[in-house]
Amino acid sequence: MTDEPIQKARSPFIEAWEMFARNRSAVAGLIILVLISLGAVFGPALYPTDPFDMVWAPFSPPGDAGFIFGTDYLGRDLLAMIINGARVSLIIGLAAAVVSIVIGVTIGALAGFYRGIIEEILMRITEFFQVLPTLLFSMVIVALFGASLPMITLAIGIVSWTAVARITRAEFLRIRELEYVMASRASGTKNAKLMFRIILPNALPPIIVQSALMVGSAILFEAGLSFLGLTDPNVVSWGQIIGSNRQYILDASYTVTIPGLAIFVTVLAISLVGDGLNDALNPKLRSR
Amino acid sequence: MRVFYAVVLLAAVLVLNFSLMHLAPGDVADTISQSMGGADQEILDKIRADYGLDKPFLVQLGHYIGRVLQFDLGHSFFFNQPVTQLILQRLPATLLLVISAQILALVLGVVLGVYSARKPNSIANYFVTFFSLFGYSAPVFWTGILLLIAFSLKIPWFPVAGMRDVTISGGFWIQFWDVARHLVLPMITLSSIFIALYSRLSRATMMETLGADYIRTAKAKGLSNRQVIYKHALKNSLSPVITQAGIQFSAMMSGAVLVEAVFSWPGLGTLAFQSIIARDTPTILGILFFSALVVIVGNLLTDLALRLVDPRVGGRK
Repeated sequence: MTDEPIQKARSPFIEAWEMFARNRSAVAGLIILVLISLGAVFGPALYPTDPFDMVWAPFSPPGDAGFIFGTDYLGRDLLAMIINGARVSLIIGLAAAVVSIVIGVTIGALAGFYRGIIEEILMRITEFFQVLPTLLFSMVIVALFGASLPMITLAIGIVSWTAVARITRAEFLRIRELEYVMASRASGTKNAKLMFRIILPNALPPIIVQSALMVGSAILFEAGLSFLGLTDPNVVSWGQIIGSNRQYILDASYTVTIPGLAIFVTVLAISLVGDGLNDALNPKLRSR
Repeated sequence: MRVFYAVVLLAAVLVLNFSLMHLAPGDVADTISQSMGGADQEILDKIRADYGLDKPFLVQLGHYIGRVLQFDLGHSFFFNQPVTQLILQRLPATLLLVISAQILALVLGVVLGVYSARKPNSIANYFVTFFSLFGYSAPVFWTGILLLIAFSLKIPWFPVAGMRDVTISGGFWIQFWDVARHLVLPMITLSSIFIALYSRLSRATMMETLGADYIRTAKAKGLSNRQVIYKHALKNSLSPVITQAGIQFSAMMSGAVLVEAVFSWPGLGTLAFQSIIARDTPTILGILFFSALVVIVGNLLTDLALRLVDPRVGGRK
């Protein structure tokens, strides 16, 4: 017998992290995301210019008089607006994604597990929400019930859970017929345990990837609403900067390109991380 | 059966929309009195009685649904026109935008997706990855403004706004050309999100299909790569994309609102925005109803297309 050491079983989390770390663009995305989050948390303290103050002549180009991003049509410091806007974008993006994931996973899991009349009813409800154009629907909600940040979050979450529900249901439908689930069911495992301990862990990979994408699309969604002016007027947000400066693109295109770039980079970082998660969690791609 | 569900869905949309409007603070009488610079209670009551706003909720809802069945969506207080007429004027522009963008996105998305699935390590694959990431991550209204700056302000290839040039008159082809020129930028803008989505999806399903046993069998029996992909794999990976395209119809209508806002495209999105600001309740209700109708019809058509591509779908009842 050789005295080769026996390989210890490794945690799936460590294995997934190693797969993730191998994807360089995903790691880059993660780093960018951490930087943006740090900027959103500590930025306003480190750069205390009020984003609503008129600090310099309007339409001063980037770099003018020390204003790195220049000033907008009201002479407000664009850098301060971007920093403060990051908070709104990230908070609403995360909160709205959480709302829609909770709704979506619950509905999808119940529908895919119980089938029959429950599935029928839940999928009709899902279909109903899919038929309503999301942006129009949330425009109506925000316009009617006020553009406070919680209302915007709710409006985004309520209209965007359907994709999560469909994915969860599809995974449950597939997995519930697998032999190991059958075996578990045959040996008398209770429904709740089957659903959450036996099926859900194996259904998670596509749900996690979708959740990462949800945060990105919620940020885009918020940007769209505030671009149209449906936003809390007491806070700065990236989409709103673009919307209010839109008329002046001939004189000062940077007032539109810079905040757009901020949204773009943030959502891009999130979707790179989502891609990395997909690689890390999809065993079919591992051997490649 | 599908058609029956569609009708039920539409009815549900009506009930939901009407309830939303009813729950919201403020009504038409408030709006009208505001535009008159204020009115006393007596006049407010009179307006409410005139519009039937003093009746119980269910009665109003019943009246509303009854009128919708006669294609009467009410009168727009803001535009001073019947809502149905107003919407029918704007609907063709939105349909043109949405349908052309959907077709462009499907064709380009599938081509890009299949190509990059075939060559997973080529430079082309990284290009597709980058392009699809851009399409997914860039806010659509920002993409639109960038295209506007680049291709109509800096390089004046395309018109800045609208759907037609009022100074142009002439035969069908002249007008067709005019609308087409106006359509290019909005169409590309709107489809950019969906090209990204479809190419990612078709690449993913294609790669999964290419790992399947029957593909190995097909290769083993000596078929060329090209035959394997276009005869065997593509058919199986197309149905998820078509399903997705059906789901995305409502997202397309949403995206159209933003794209229309950027390019002043005279469609439903612009109308929705104007009427929400003016608190023009009947028009908002009508637009939601009509866009839901567009989505439902789109879904029915998708179902049909799916049955053609994938015979398994028809058998599953």
